[in-house]
Amino acid sequence: MAEGDAELQDLYRDVLLDYFRSASRKGKVEPADCHSHGINPVCGDEVEITLRLGPQGSIQAIRYQGHGCVISQASSAMMAEALEGSSLSRARELVGIFKEMMLSGSERKLLPTELEALAALEGVRKYPMRVKCATLAWNTLLQGLSSPAAAGEFQEVE
Amino acid sequence: MKDLRKDFPILSRLVRGKPLVYFDNAATTQKPRQVLEALIGFYENHNANIHRGVHTLSDEATQLVEESRTKAASFIRAPKPSQVIFTRNATEAINLVAHSWGRKFLAAQDEILLTEMEHHSNLVPWQMLAQEKGVRLRFIPVTAEGTLDMDTASRLVSPKTKLVAFTAASNALGTLNPVERLISLAKQAGAKTLVDASQWTPHLPTDVSRWDCDFLAFSAHKMLGPTGIGVLYGREELLDAMPPFLGGGDMIQRVFLERFTPNVLPHKFEAGTPNIADAVAFGAALDYLSAVGLMAVREHEKALTRRALEIFRAEPEVAVYGPADVEARGGVVSFNIEGLHPHDVGTSFDLDGIAIRAGHHCCQPLMMRLKVAGTARASFYLYNTLAEVEKLGPALRKTREFFKKTTAV
Repeated sequence: MAEGDAELQDLYRDVLLDYFRSASRKGKVEPADCHSHGINPVCGDEVEITLRLGPQGSIQAIRYQGHGCVISQASSAMMAEALEGSSLSRARELVGIFKEMMLSGSERKLLPTELEALAALEGVRKYPMRVKCATLAWNTLLQGLSSPAAAGEFQEVE
Repeated sequence: MKDLRKDFPILSRLVRGKPLVYFDNAATTQKPRQVLEALIGFYENHNANIHRGVHTLSDEATQLVEESRTKAASFIRAPKPSQVIFTRNATEAINLVAHSWGRKFLAAQDEILLTEMEHHSNLVPWQMLAQEKGVRLRFIPVTAEGTLDMDTASRLVSPKTKLVAFTAASNALGTLNPVERLISLAKQAGAKTLVDASQWTPHLPTDVSRWDCDFLAFSAHKMLGPTGIGVLYGREELLDAMPPFLGGGDMIQRVFLERFTPNVLPHKFEAGTPNIADAVAFGAALDYLSAVGLMAVREHEKALTRRALEIFRAEPEVAVYGPADVEARGGVVSFNIEGLHPHDVGTSFDLDGIAIRAGHHCCQPLMMRLKVAGTARASFYLYNTLAEVEKLGPALRKTREFFKKTTAV
């Protein structure tokens, strides 16, 4: 393996690439209880998050669609997987924990079970320009949750 | 060209442990020692405010800024230095025209002709004016090859056309536009012209007298100069007829409690304390470029671009945008690797120390026209070498192979 490959491998871990091509939670929930649309104006990446709430207000189904790089797409897929089944309050909490991990670099061992797969995004922290790719879907969801039943609009700004 | 790399201190630094290969010159260029020394030298020896002091330092600072203005005027063949207005950048220069000339002279039903390849800087100010005044915007289409559709352009101009504003060279495609044909088209319709020369003036000779354009905008930082200083050139009678843009400071001649009389050109459009030090250092950048010679810069960039195009075209699954002929393009090569997002390509290149741009290049409508989310872009300047260009091939292959291997189902 060439030297450059090792660095690429560290950033784009296999699990991340698996999520990138996984289509299991790609699409749209219709009708949705919460709908939000996020855009990163710097690169033009877009993500649309829709979700349906079940009894007791837990997230019954969550889907994402849009276009973006490996990191933003994989992060969206992992988020949908991690949050499906969570209560809304737990979902907010998990979004907070993930964002803190990306932005402040908290230790991997502190990640709760639901977010274990997200450790694959650790490598992104070394590339500050790419952190917003990883957080786009999460910030978009947060925006949607703050105005459930309404369309939330979010812009990731530098 | 080979000896001038030593003038650029940053070119000897490492990025991620590898020698920096800086191919993001369309975004901003690196600065030679001569420019850095002019900046430090100004603050160390001459720093004072200009046009208002009677003391020696103020006089020296004033002279240095005015010398830069004269250099900028002669660089673009402007008849008079007073036709060169210092702004923060090309974007501010274009906004100045939209706010001052546009607001005064345009009315509902008038039309502004733009192109589909405009940078947001030469698009959004006109959209804002259109919203305010009811002016209609029309667009010269971009062909599949990335050139302007001039047949349609000639059908789009009419007596309603009051301004034709276009980029001389595309920052996203590299296309060199037919500046003189566009200006003559505008003149036939009695329209004014604004040339966004941000990607032209650093790389090719600019001659506003021959072009006979009404306005021209460019930025110092894309031509070895510092950030925060740009130029608006304008035809004298138009600038004279335009109201001031921002109020205060040097733009004033006399002020009473309830009214003022504006200053003469160029000061009428230079409100407040200007960016003195950067204007002075800009002069050093113009000296540097003049000494190298723009024809030499152009020839060098053509050689780099020709080789880069060969490399890109030899690779399977790589799309290259813009004109095929090196003569029809500047030193900008936009590309995509099939199935890969430009950001992932950009990061992969960065790991090899190669700085390229990835994204929509502030040309979102053009990206929609090309039906891509964005592109990766390598853009060259006088200090880049063929050896650096050769690194594009291995970087491309590594990137393609890595993602192909790991994304294969």
